[in-house]
Amino acid sequence: MIGDWLDIGPVGQIAPGNARTLPVRGGAEIAIFHTLDNQFYALVNSCPHKQGPLSQGIVHGNVVTCPLHNWNISLKSGEALGEDKGCVPTIPLRVDAGRIYLLREAVVGGNPSAQAA
Amino acid sequence: MNAPMSIQDRGTPRALRERLVVIGNGMAGCRAVEEILARDPDRYAITIFGAEPRVNYNRIMLSPVLAGEKAFDDIVINAAEWYTDNAITLISGDPVAQIDRGTQTVIGKSGRVEPYDKLLIATGSDPFIIPVPGKDLAGVVTFRDLDDVDKMLAAAEAGKAHGGGTAVVIGGGLLGLEAAHGLSLRGMQVTVIHLMPTLMERQLDEAAGWLLKAELERRGQVILTGADTAEIVGKDGHVSAVKLKDGREIAADIVVMAVGIRPATGLAKAAGIEVERGIMVDDHMVTSDPAILAVGECVQHRGTCYGLVAPLWDMCRALADAATWSGATDAPTGYAGSVTSTKLKVSGIDLFSGGDFSGGDGAEDIVMRDAARGIYKRVVVKDNRVVGAVLYGDTADGNWYFDLLKKGDDISDIREALIFGQAFASGGAPLDPNAAVAALANDAEICGCNGVSKGRVVQSILDGACSLDAVRATCKASASCGSCTGLVESLLAITLGDEFAGERAIKTVCKCTSFGHDDVRRLIVEKGLKAIPQVMQELHWSTPDGCASCRPALNYYLLCAWPGEYEDDQKSRFVNERMHANIQKDGTYSVVPRMWGGLTNPRELRAIADVVDKFNAPMVKVTGGQRLDIFGIKKEDLPAVWADLNAAGMVSGHAYGKSLRTVKTCVGSEWCRFGTQDSTGLGVKLEHLTWGSWMPHKFKIAVSGCPRNCAEATIKDFGVICVDSGYELMVGGNGGIKLRGTDLLCKVATEAEAMRICAAFIQLYREQAHYLERTAPWIERVGLDHVKAGLFDDPEAIERLAARFRYSQSFMQDDPWAKRAAGEDSELHQHLAEVRPLMPSAITVETVS
Ligand code: SRM
Ligand SMILES: Cc1cc2nc3c(=O)[nH]c(=O)nc-3n(C[C@H](O)[C@H](O)[C@H](O)COP(=O)(O)OP(=O)(O)OC[C@H]3O[C@@H](n4cnc5c(N)ncnc54)[C@H](O)[C@@H]3O)c2cc1C
Ligand code: SF4
Ligand code: FES
Repeated sequence: MIGDWLDIGPVGQIAPGNARTLPVRGGAEIAIFHTLDNQFYALVNSCPHKQGPLSQGIVHGNVVTCPLHNWNISLKSGEALGEDKGCVPTIPLRVDAGRIYLLREAVVGGNPSAQAA
Repeated sequence: MNAPMSIQDRGTPRALRERLVVIGNGMAGCRAVEEILARDPDRYAITIFGAEPRVNYNRIMLSPVLAGEKAFDDIVINAAEWYTDNAITLISGDPVAQIDRGTQTVIGKSGRVEPYDKLLIATGSDPFIIPVPGKDLAGVVTFRDLDDVDKMLAAAEAGKAHGGGTAVVIGGGLLGLEAAHGLSLRGMQVTVIHLMPTLMERQLDEAAGWLLKAELERRGQVILTGADTAEIVGKDGHVSAVKLKDGREIAADIVVMAVGIRPATGLAKAAGIEVERGIMVDDHMVTSDPAILAVGECVQHRGTCYGLVAPLWDMCRALADAATWSGATDAPTGYAGSVTSTKLKVSGIDLFSGGDFSGGDGAEDIVMRDAARGIYKRVVVKDNRVVGAVLYGDTADGNWYFDLLKKGDDISDIREALIFGQAFASGGAPLDPNAAVAALANDAEICGCNGVSKGRVVQSILDGACSLDAVRATCKASASCGSCTGLVESLLAITLGDEFAGERAIKTVCKCTSFGHDDVRRLIVEKGLKAIPQVMQELHWSTPDGCASCRPALNYYLLCAWPGEYEDDQKSRFVNERMHANIQKDGTYSVVPRMWGGLTNPRELRAIADVVDKFNAPMVKVTGGQRLDIFGIKKEDLPAVWADLNAAGMVSGHAYGKSLRTVKTCVGSEWCRFGTQDSTGLGVKLEHLTWGSWMPHKFKIAVSGCPRNCAEATIKDFGVICVDSGYELMVGGNGGIKLRGTDLLCKVATEAEAMRICAAFIQLYREQAHYLERTAPWIERVGLDHVKAGLFDDPEAIERLAARFRYSQSFMQDDPWAKRAAGEDSELHQHLAEVRPLMPSAITVETVS
């Protein structure tokens, strides 16, 4: 099962309250978030509203506020919160011994949210 | 090596029993044996191998042993007699070197061969050693067993000769902090180095982590968070210092590595048993080999490896149920996993954390803070069930919350009073939070600032003080810092019943607090608050870490209150300010270099043209603010673009900031046939004075050379209209949706005077306006007279304000682009890693930074 996870480096690379990106096949990006509660989440880096780069938003609780028009997106489910409707695919992520792993299939396959961790 | 203990005959002769061999004489191994003996004392002939040359002891109590609160004898769980009485053969000091599954034997390091029918692996964990140069030097220790404690005590003893000695603990988790506490009680000067910005980040949120850090610092420990160890420096083969990646070096007579643990799976892996992070077990603690069981920290159960004792007890019960099952009763249900909770064993610090406090969809935080007593409580509720809790300062209800959490009890009936604890919330207790206040004793202190008791507040209400203001005026409660306002309002409600009108009419900063902007600003200064988590604690924020509205506001207020002292919190800034560029709808950025007063020259224009070519910028445009905007730059390219612009002498134009934007000018007396003064020159001077300043909102200036006003100075935050006799200073204008023309502030005779008043006006605005309030709405709210009074009533006011502005500017006029171009915060511009070759087969990940 270890082989199914892609090691993308140590947790220290992302300061709490920030996100960083991982470009993948086809020019898309995955955004990896580190919350102030020290949880890690990965989403496709594209807001369900008008594809704003979620990695650049303000992170509070386990929500990111999109930098373009302030939609709030749940980091856990990828779902837009409040009145807004839409959902961005999530990528299964695991932290182990200080390193971040993403589910390999979700990173390289076409349909990130299809598989669960 | 100890000789095998004598065997006492009892029940089934030993020779006829199944042979159970246990590897690991630690907490889980021995507990499993105890549980088996309790169920069926005759079933197994038991042999335990222990790597440590001693009997079974309580590992978690090593911390009190280090701190001098307990001796080893106090923490022994099973002394020699236990082994004898239960006919257990203990082979201590002889670690098992190999498991031979073919012959069903284990082989000790000494060569001893022991056959088994059932084998139990309980090897625990190994401390993780970060692979830095110097990790093998003498004096680098871990914190796992009694030998480690002895080494630390020896170092503390040696340190006494030279004033205590120095210790560095790498890792600010539970183990590291307990080691640091023990060493500091033993007289050493301790520095804790922690990679993350929050101590014990796995158990604590930012708020509780901040309180813990503040308390440890108060006790004299040095806590370096966000600090990455580069190297352990040695002298004559012994450690002498720890070097950090940022170059700092900390002297150390001893270094304790407490960065984490790894399940000890080596033996199992070598024997071909299935291992991932831990040894894989099913719900009955059976490994991939049915004859081999495993328990404790070395196992992985349903994807989880545990590092605390509570889960081990559950595992051991399940293991014993299965290992002694006769088939006569229902099959044992097995182990289903555990939720864990943590307490820190540092005397005088009460801290509890349990469950999942990362929230999630539909999760709600209930937060209570008591600044005077240093208390922070946060309970996370989801679907009417407690899912997590973090308590600092008062952990009396920790077990109760944890119990609610484990049982999954529906708490909707006690929701309102939940945060006040079990005493208020359970046992048919009142549901109303006011009831908690009603239950307070009459002499309970309500207002810490003015020492007002509940009795006095109630008395003044009975005497006719029927509103918050009246209470403030009569007995002074809630009249100072205001943090007891909620309590006073409860007392008003309780005492007056329906007569109390309720709610105050102030507009709060956001839903995280009951304070308005003015109060927050005032209290930051009065109470000397210097960090966002500190403001949230002292002002009783109702959320753990604020929201996208209050964080940027607090960051600005702190920056304005403590110039040069407060360290800007990047993560509390909107993207544009964090990236020093304007985000566009396609996620690229636009870059606007400063053009002082709208002037430019061939060198700047060439540099801009070159950047447009070099980075294929799809558009370059003259802005409405009299400068050039380069569009379509990728975040990765920004530092290189800035480096090129810097090379031509240009700095950030802050087109993205709640800060000074542009200073527009017209040509003025230099060229224009109507010009009365050098408006261009004054504009350039004003821009040099004010650039780089952070403000409540964006701030624009313009200088027109005559009343024809070609620079549109009368719709700017600060506008200058030059006239023959001097300069008319105009304030509070803006374009935008709601156009507002400026008001005349005053008229002055000289450029110097105009500049001084500009600085003073900006500082007044910086110190008084609410975050995201531009000068126009600010002046509409407070009135022009208020602004004039602030500037002119006291003849010294202008100079004092201007001096404060200049002081603040001495820290601000530092081009943010230059720092980024030189590599600062490079992670903001780089991808985390690249997946290559972007094909499903043969994938590699290359870390970028
Ligand atoms: C680039 C520019 C338009 C242009 O191509 O000329 C511009 C672009 C934007 N303006 Fe502007 N404004 C620009 C000059 C102006 C001017 C003209 C001026 O400064 O004389 C005004 C009217 C004067 C004023 O500010 O009062 C102006 C009034 C606004 C407003 C309304 C402000 C208000 O207080 O009501 C907004 C909205 C806001 O800030 O909330 C706004 C907001 C914006 C934003 C930041 C919208 C946004 O939030 O993303 C635009 C950013 C585009 C980008 O990504 O670069 N822009 N904007 C101008 C940049 C000037 C510069 O060199 O820095
Ligand atoms: C200082 C300290 C403080 C702690 N505080 C707390 C706390 O407050 N709360 C909490 O819940 N938990 C705490 N823990 C964690 C807790 O001690 C562990 O979760 C628990 O001890 C794990 O039990 P175990 O039997 O799996 O491992 P251990 O107790 O480590 O036992 C494993 C034993 O196996 C032996 N062994 C390993 N390999 C071999 C081999 N090849 N042959 C023979 N023997 C071998 C080891 O020497 C060791 O004695 C603390 C730990 C430490 C070190
Ligand atoms: S006027 Fe509107 S569309 Fe044009 S730059 Fe300003 S905010 Fe954008
Ligand atoms: S693109 Fe995210 S809110 Fe509009």
